[in-house]
Amino acid sequence: MANPQDTAAVPRNLRNDAAAPQTNSMVAAATIAAWLLPGLGHLIQRRYVRGLLILLAVFIMFFVGLGMQGKVYSFNTGDLLDILGFIGDLGAGLLYFVARIMNWGIGNIHRAVADYGTKYIVVAGLLNIIAAVDAYHIAIGKKQ
Amino acid sequence: MTFELSHFNAALLFALCASTVFGITQRNTPRDMFRYGAYCFSLFVGGVILAAWVMWAIKH
Repeated sequence: MANPQDTAAVPRNLRNDAAAPQTNSMVAAATIAAWLLPGLGHLIQRRYVRGLLILLAVFIMFFVGLGMQGKVYSFNTGDLLDILGFIGDLGAGLLYFVARIMNWGIGNIHRAVADYGTKYIVVAGLLNIIAAVDAYHIAIGKKQ
Repeated sequence: MTFELSHFNAALLFALCASTVFGITQRNTPRDMFRYGAYCFSLFVGGVILAAWVMWAIKH
């Protein structure tokens, strides 16, 4: 059975225009914004609650990770896990660059919890990448 | 500023944040998002508790 939202017979005021695909520039802007600042890709597409929840989740993970004296990876070509850690950290967008500029996230090998902090920071970046992909899907109309 | 979280509290906070993003990104409607987020959270926490008991059993 066809989706009634796909048919022209549905009155315009009853269609869900929120899922309509957007222009290429808007798609690119939403995706890049979502990567640069967690939740911004959703916020500029008027998904305010989702955007705020993503913002909170990623910010909390990133800064609690720093608070636990986790390590922020810099660009490296050494150990594979260090390279992957850098890629994960980079997913946090501006948060990563701010942390690098401010020299946050030096790490502390003497505390077991600091290793958790390192993982928190990496996962914050990975969650932000998932959120950016979601913002892209919303922008192209694949998701409401 | 440093945070002094216990291992369990760190795992709970991790589960909460990850479940929130999973719920939002993997489902389409708010109801489904909440349900999937709660499902992921319960799996995270259940996994932590299960792993804790397994480690306890290994030790004893």
